[in-house]
Amino acid sequence: MQDFRYLEDVLTLEYDPGLCMGCGTCVQVCPHRVFDVGEQKAVLLDPGGCMECGACALNCPAGAIKVRPGGGCAQAILNGWLSRVLFVKRFFRQDVCCS
Amino acid sequence: MAPGLYALGDPDGQSPVLVTCNYKLTFDILRRELEGLSCWVLVVETYGINVWCAAGKKSFNTGEVARQVKNAGLEQVVNHRTLVLPQLAAPGVVGHKIRGLCGFNALFGPVEIRDLPSYLDNKTQAAGDMRRVKFPLGQRLLVALVEVYGARKFMLWALLACMLLAALGPGGFSLQGTVLSGLGAWGVVWTGFISGVFLVPVFLRHLYFRAFAAKGLLAGALTGFVLAVAVPGGFLQGLAATAACMAFTSWFAMHYTGSTTFTSLSGVDREMRRYMPVQGALILVAAGLWLGSGWFGPLAGGA
Repeated sequence: MQDFRYLEDVLTLEYDPGLCMGCGTCVQVCPHRVFDVGEQKAVLLDPGGCMECGACALNCPAGAIKVRPGGGCAQAILNGWLSRVLFVKRFFRQDVCCS
Repeated sequence: MAPGLYALGDPDGQSPVLVTCNYKLTFDILRRELEGLSCWVLVVETYGINVWCAAGKKSFNTGEVARQVKNAGLEQVVNHRTLVLPQLAAPGVVGHKIRGLCGFNALFGPVEIRDLPSYLDNKTQAAGDMRRVKFPLGQRLLVALVEVYGARKFMLWALLACMLLAALGPGGFSLQGTVLSGLGAWGVVWTGFISGVFLVPVFLRHLYFRAFAAKGLLAGALTGFVLAVAVPGGFLQGLAATAACMAFTSWFAMHYTGSTTFTSLSGVDREMRRYMPVQGALILVAAGLWLGSGWFGPLAGGA
């Protein structure tokens, strides 16, 4: 069964193979199999499947991966916007969604 | 539930140590799926939030895992030095830094708890699809129920707004008429909600567009049309109902992104900026048509 696909051209994932040490951690932590183990280095298998959870970048010991991490949650983004609006902001807190 | 070290079965110094959040449901599933196995479960403080959300919000983090290892005196309890973390803790936990903080090596286990027994049997190697997050129909509907809970306030405000608008014309300036047509409009909002939160997730693959708001527009156009045909109320009201249904289905489908397993921050940000103006415009058109039907409908109908 094919994975669900989402908007791909806006993703912030960046990978620099020059820095990769080939530990394979990114392959282990990615929930969408964006990376694969290549010959001594990780390779981008499916960059469009990225959900920007940030697990790979955080766990890459070589700093070869960069991504703006965050949740793809409309309510959280909306709360973030509203928390910056005058008068309204007292009712909303940034970075809060389901809790 | 209280953070700390828990024993499942009859663990000893060789038994594996599994780390998890302090969301009670997670612990219950862990206990159920690992029945018959003996292991230690180290519960960290995530304030009752599940592993993935807690990792995303960084309450499930490297320092917290190390702190709980020390608090539990884990090095006195087991004679190995390995922790098995949930894979979905990785957005918050830096695996390779755990050792420096508490002397234990961290491994990332499988995504699903049900794969843990075979992961442990297989020398802590995750086989096949164990590292992949899936989103089957049952789960899509289950998380939709969360949206029902989250929409309570919205629905109350919507009821108020419907009554207010109904009083301005469509209700025929009688109390009974206002209540009836107000409730009718509220029914349209509900139709949009059900379409956005249940219909869109069910037909997630089949609704052509990738943006959830766009999937919602499509699904809402269909349910709105059905509603307009099934409930007699004249052309203007039917058009208003369809426009409103599109707007609300789109809005709620967009909010469903927070319950999915594959939407990104950049993607949701993009679709919100693109489709919220469309949703707003549709609401205005719907309200205008509905009010218009109240003012001009009787004349046009020859009444």
